[in-house]
Amino acid sequence: MAYSDKLIDHYENPRNIGTLDKNSEDVGTGLVGAPACGDVMKLQIKVGPDGLIEDAKFKTFGCGSAIASSSLVTEWVKGKTIDEAETIKNTDIAKHLALPPVKIHCSVLAEDAIKAAIADYRAKATQKIVKPVEQAAEAAE
Amino acid sequence: MTVLTQIRRNDQPIYLDYQATTPLDPRVLEAMMPYFTYKFGNPHSRSHAYGWEAEEAVEKARGQVAKLIGADEKEVIFTSGATESNNLAIKGAAEFYKDRRDHIVTTVTEHKCVLDTCRHLEQQGFKVTYLPVQKSGLVDLDQLRAAVTDKTVVVSIMAVNNEIGVIQPLAEIGKICREKGAFFHTDAAQAAGKIPLDVEAMNIDLMSISGHKIYGPKGIGALYVRRRPRVRLVALINGGGQERGFRSGTLPTPLCVGLGEAAEIAMKEMDAESKRLKKLQERLLKGLQSKLPEIYINGDLDHRIPGNLNISFAYVEGESLMMGIKGLSVSSGSACTSASLEPSYVLRALGVDEELAHTSLRIGLGRFTTEQEVDTAVEELVRHVNKLREMSPLWEMAQEGIDLKSIEWAAH
Repeated sequence: MAYSDKLIDHYENPRNIGTLDKNSEDVGTGLVGAPACGDVMKLQIKVGPDGLIEDAKFKTFGCGSAIASSSLVTEWVKGKTIDEAETIKNTDIAKHLALPPVKIHCSVLAEDAIKAAIADYRAKATQKIVKPVEQAAEAAE
Repeated sequence: MTVLTQIRRNDQPIYLDYQATTPLDPRVLEAMMPYFTYKFGNPHSRSHAYGWEAEEAVEKARGQVAKLIGADEKEVIFTSGATESNNLAIKGAAEFYKDRRDHIVTTVTEHKCVLDTCRHLEQQGFKVTYLPVQKSGLVDLDQLRAAVTDKTVVVSIMAVNNEIGVIQPLAEIGKICREKGAFFHTDAAQAAGKIPLDVEAMNIDLMSISGHKIYGPKGIGALYVRRRPRVRLVALINGGGQERGFRSGTLPTPLCVGLGEAAEIAMKEMDAESKRLKKLQERLLKGLQSKLPEIYINGDLDHRIPGNLNISFAYVEGESLMMGIKGLSVSSGSACTSASLEPSYVLRALGVDEELAHTSLRIGLGRFTTEQEVDTAVEELVRHVNKLREMSPLWEMAQEGIDLKSIEWAAH
């Protein structure tokens, strides 16, 4: 199977490998895939006070295409708002890396990973807003 | 004549996939060359010296193959390879004896060409029992004994598995088959020339052999067909009645000569070569085990040809590992290397967890593998497994003490 230069570059020099503090309020974590299926992606975003994604990290268990797809999306989401990041499509990832048809599911997984990370961040942010309200309610009682 | 002496160019990766195919031994090529050129006669031409010369070469080769497996030369027929031999043995016997016997016994870890042949026969109305294997990869003899009935025409069990290299208890299987009156066919593509085989002592009635797995040419194989008690087969290919009517078509003289020469060399060098390979196998395994935690050998290590290791590198997906070790040519049981996206059915049959099956590599050592190459392989594997584990979320979770089985993964 011949892979594109871009894919090989992301595999050999993956961007943004690492881990952010998953308990931090400004970090959203997405963990998608399953070991039994042969690919698991963990993607994390850190959102700054200005609402922009200031950092993104990933770790991936999977084939070269899965690693490259997740590496690529960490690059793409940085500097974007979460609403913008949410619009990243698996087809864009597949096109950019010239994924062979049998590897399209890797790009689908990468899209799922971003969505999961954003959902996690939003859930935390909602809690942050809800908490003071609840506290106020409790105080009133 | 560099082509005759050099197996690997310096710019090529180290070849560690000897179960897929083997390079032609330069000595084999040398024996073949005249039959491509001035000794070009048709071995079936009876009227002139060209034909006689070719026939003599073919018959010598037949004898060389027969000797390797303790057979009589009249019992060896040439085919295009082990796939054809397996097809002919199983379909040929099933078809011939179908009025009396309509049952076939095989195992779930056979090569696809045996399994697919059996599936085909099921569609024709035959019954097939697919025996499971134990965790070791070996067939359970009690289960085999229970499966073979007076309706069983042929029991087809491979001698050595192509993925995990385990050696089945051939003599015991042969004994059971003989007691029950079923023919014993063994696919010996990975076994011939590597372990001692004796069709008499092991009660083997049909045996498939491949040329290119034993440093011979591609495109040739052989089928041993027992004469006493006689095994009868319906031919797959009809024509001029060559090869005792089992396989019509003009014999490819140079390929036959190559198979014969390869068989003779393998037989002569078997003892010394298997000792040498055993040392290399141990060196490889010890090298990896001393530097990498959490690696697992798939299949029984003791009942295994020395030229094979099948190892799971937990938390590292097999295809991504192969992409990393560019200097090594190996193969993987990972789904990502197959078009079907299913991990190896052989590993699954051993009860290897799917997640571990995805992390497996098959490393094949052979005649031209050196100690230096093994050391380089260990280095490259260790480096890339460590690199990929550093970027594996599963490795990270395992290090944190999280039980991966306790997590509800979303299947996709």
